[in-house]
Amino acid sequence: MASSQPAPSTAPSLVDTLFQLSLDDLVKSLRADQSAAGESSAVARALSAIHREIRAPDAATKAVALQKLTYLSSLHFAPVAAHPLAFPAIELLASPHLPHKRLAYLAASLSLSPASLSLLPLATHQLHKDLSPSAAAPAAHHLSALALHLLASPAAAAAPDLAAHLAHDLLPHLSRGSPRAIAAAARVIAASPSAGVPVLFKPLAACLASPDPRTSTAAASAFCELSAPPADPSPFLPLAPDLYNLLTTSRSNWALIKVLKIFARLAPLEPRLAARIVDPVCQLLARSSAMSLTFECVRTVLTALPAHDAAVSLAIGKLKEFLAASDDPNLRYLGLLALGMLGPAYASTVNESRDVIALSLGDADLNIRREALRLMMGMLDDSNVMDIAGMLVSHAARSDPEFANDTLGAVLAACGRNVYELVSDFDWYVSLLADMARSLHCLQGDEIGRQLVDVGLRVQDARPELVQSARSLLIDPALLGNNLLFPVLSAAAFVSGEYIHCSKDPVELVEALLQPRTSLLPMSVRAVYIQAVLKVITFCCNLYIERLNGSNKELDLVFDELAVDQDVSRESEAEIRPAEADQIVMPSTTEKDPSSHKSIVYMINLIEMTVGPLVQCKEVEVLERARNLMGFIHLLREIQEFKERNVSDQKKTNRVKELVKSMQTVFAQELSPVYVNAQKKISLPEDLVLNENLAELADIVCEDDAPPSTSIFFCSRSNPSVETRDEPAVSVGSSSLLVEHRKRHGMYYLPTGKDEGDTNNYPHVNDPLLSADNGSMIKDRSETVQPVAAGKKLKVARSRPKVVKLDGEDFLSAMMSTVNVPKETLSGTGGGVLVGRNAKSLPSLKASDNSSERMGNKLDPGESSSQQTQNIDADIGSSWTTKHQDYDKEKSTILPDSDGKEARKHKTSSTSGHRQGRHKQRERSNTQPDVAPQAPVIQDFLL
Amino acid sequence: MGIRFVLLVNKQGQTRLAQYYEHLSLDERRALEGEIVRKCLARTDQQCSFVEHRNYKVVYRRYASLFFLVGVDNDENELAILEFIHLLVETMDRHFGNVCELDIMFHLEKVHFMLEEMVMNGCIVETSKQNILAPIQLMEKTS
Repeated sequence: MASSQPAPSTAPSLVDTLFQLSLDDLVKSLRADQSAAGESSAVARALSAIHREIRAPDAATKAVALQKLTYLSSLHFAPVAAHPLAFPAIELLASPHLPHKRLAYLAASLSLSPASLSLLPLATHQLHKDLSPSAAAPAAHHLSALALHLLASPAAAAAPDLAAHLAHDLLPHLSRGSPRAIAAAARVIAASPSAGVPVLFKPLAACLASPDPRTSTAAASAFCELSAPPADPSPFLPLAPDLYNLLTTSRSNWALIKVLKIFARLAPLEPRLAARIVDPVCQLLARSSAMSLTFECVRTVLTALPAHDAAVSLAIGKLKEFLAASDDPNLRYLGLLALGMLGPAYASTVNESRDVIALSLGDADLNIRREALRLMMGMLDDSNVMDIAGMLVSHAARSDPEFANDTLGAVLAACGRNVYELVSDFDWYVSLLADMARSLHCLQGDEIGRQLVDVGLRVQDARPELVQSARSLLIDPALLGNNLLFPVLSAAAFVSGEYIHCSKDPVELVEALLQPRTSLLPMSVRAVYIQAVLKVITFCCNLYIERLNGSNKELDLVFDELAVDQDVSRESEAEIRPAEADQIVMPSTTEKDPSSHKSIVYMINLIEMTVGPLVQCKEVEVLERARNLMGFIHLLREIQEFKERNVSDQKKTNRVKELVKSMQTVFAQELSPVYVNAQKKISLPEDLVLNENLAELADIVCEDDAPPSTSIFFCSRSNPSVETRDEPAVSVGSSSLLVEHRKRHGMYYLPTGKDEGDTNNYPHVNDPLLSADNGSMIKDRSETVQPVAAGKKLKVARSRPKVVKLDGEDFLSAMMSTVNVPKETLSGTGGGVLVGRNAKSLPSLKASDNSSERMGNKLDPGESSSQQTQNIDADIGSSWTTKHQDYDKEKSTILPDSDGKEARKHKTSSTSGHRQGRHKQRERSNTQPDVAPQAPVIQDFLL
Repeated sequence: MGIRFVLLVNKQGQTRLAQYYEHLSLDERRALEGEIVRKCLARTDQQCSFVEHRNYKVVYRRYASLFFLVGVDNDENELAILEFIHLLVETMDRHFGNVCELDIMFHLEKVHFMLEEMVMNGCIVETSKQNILAPIQLMEKTS
């Protein structure tokens, strides 16, 4: 029939009208070809026909076309422009024929959108007419119902004008108590409060008291909607008597649910209300057979009436019934949901249900499992963290990948929160981290690696166990094939190199670090591995030399043998492999002592064989470290050559001793975490006039005050100036990462009310923050946290080891867990630190004398900060120079003998050793080179 | 607003009815329906009937080959919505007599009318089957 029409723009002919496809035909044609292509072509054909038909003067044709168009647009997302549907719909609104009118109203309510609002004034008159009570008797009721419907549709909500014009027309219907009028009135009030409230609010409130249950139910729904969260519920307080009446007399579950919801919103506003409603709510709770109403009562009691113990215990009883409903996952889910609403005061109740919750972790439904996990995380405290976290990790090993990762992520976040405040046994935690890394499908490698390193830096007592766990990770060749674990392996390699003195068997470690499958690692991780080997071999040689303690003979022996090995390898290429292979076959089990010369020779050979080829590696990180290592090995080897030139034994011994010792001093330097915002405490350039130049810093500061980072990076304590120079760039980058991280894992950061308690537990950590600015920055920079104060009943058998915690971090984490820290305050802090008034916005700080002094200081920022600056300068200066002198000494002993090339290698090796961990940060910092122009370049340890 | 949308979807994921109580553009609807349908249809009988999606909570129930999905606010009472779904199905059953997917396809506007009678502005305004069906019967008489 489409073909009979030459130009679609002309008016539809009689043929169209006669042979018009009905909606049934359309549906049939759509069903005829179920494929996507067939369907879309059928839709296109139908649309072109409809566009013609809808212009027909005949109302019946138009109505059918409209009907089809409505169908297509609502189910097939037919790209219907607003007008073709809206305009005929409005035309047909005026039809005297009820079915047509009905269709038109349906089409209008489904299709009118903000885009077609310009057409709405056309409909206003018709709506007005249909709403007016003058219409003929039987149909009038339905007509007005239709009009009311359109008024309550989302389209009308977008048109406040329409709502305002028709508000008065609603009044007769409201007084009649029509539920539709009530719903429409709610929509009108929501759409245009200024026009709706004066006219409609009172009649609407009157409906609440109506004897007709339909009317009162509709009114309750309407008010429930109007008081929903974004709106302020306080204007609805005067309705409380009517609502209370409804609560005690209504028999409609739907109405009761809505009334309970309104009361839950009103109760916090009016203290007397809670006491008033608690009895009827308990009665409902006790006698209602409808689960929906029971659940609503439970929810109301738990959220709005937490102070009424009897009601809460009744609700908990019902809640446990929900949890026990083994055949109904819906009830179990809601039970868990309600359990999560229990406040901290009822933590013991949650704990009682721990078995049920643990059982729910294995539920068939991911939603239930997630809810159970959330509850588990909520009940974590320092007494049960070992049980729960251990249980969760072993559970994660059995569950599906997605949930396993949720679980691991939650455990990591909870245990790492606020610098591991929950963890008291770090040996346990470290082995837990290793277990997590080993669990299948673990995607949390980055975080596990970060925490492994972080624990090593902060908790001295945990290092032996840490090295032990790292060993078990490194030694397992199977793990090397899993690319999700690379960050963990990297951290393990770093840790075992850094804390090699805690290792039981360095030889085995070297073997593990150099095993053949390490070729599967990405280059960045291999570099870490090689660096760890360098640390291990340095440590072993140093041990050996110390043991000799000047006994030249033995030393000679070693290096003689070393030289022999090398001679052999030089003599014939063919013999290299077998000779070295013999050496390497030497089972390390027979020789456990890492400092015996045999093991050292063995290690040196192993290193030469495996790292040697990497000297030609194309990746600079690996290349550099491999060359460093090989350079060191050569140095050890070359001793023999000196001997041939008859260099005196004593001199040689000294030289070797000095060399190895200085290397060892470098590596033995304690790395410690650096407070992310340390930059703010560092000296300012002299030519910086604070008040003038602050504006330029504004954007840096702004970025800084995003939620602060807990990321760590490395720094030798002796040269804070070097590290802190990187600071702003690092925190800018890492804070944005952190924001992202928090967005993703936001649910795991529990907004506990515990914060107050926590800060009370660590009062001395917060306090020094004030004094820290007084110049003793370096001394105050790290604080140790004492074992958790014994306010709670602690089941911890052993005392908590010291955790290095930076003075500011506590304040940061307190801020992080406070949900609503106003942005302005934060940025104020960021800027304020520079002017010396950072005490202002600390959440938990009382205005002590010290802080009020600081407040005073802000009036005169120039003076106070310059004082501060000088102090810091002095401190840094002194520590830096003393260190520097030390190294000067070493330099004088080493340099004259070795050639320049060698020296350069050692220099890079030592610096890179300290650089590797913070490599990423350093790269980022390169983008902002001009932050602190006066700071010296990286310190050399050997020169 | 209590109810945000009502969707009827068959086992193949084709939408059979879509009624929204807030304005969404065509693209938003298409994306929403796609995501929700994928989420809900993948679930088994042993799993609960509530799915959180974006800022909605979707309460769904399966009858034969049809899924009834109702998107509600997060604080809406889930069990009451399940009861509402059941009421809707019973009402359709009474009108069509043993209702099936085809009935809904060929009488879509009638299902819309029923929904209109039951839900206005996201609130349930009518729960009596007789009252819900009265206007439809009146219309059938007049036409």
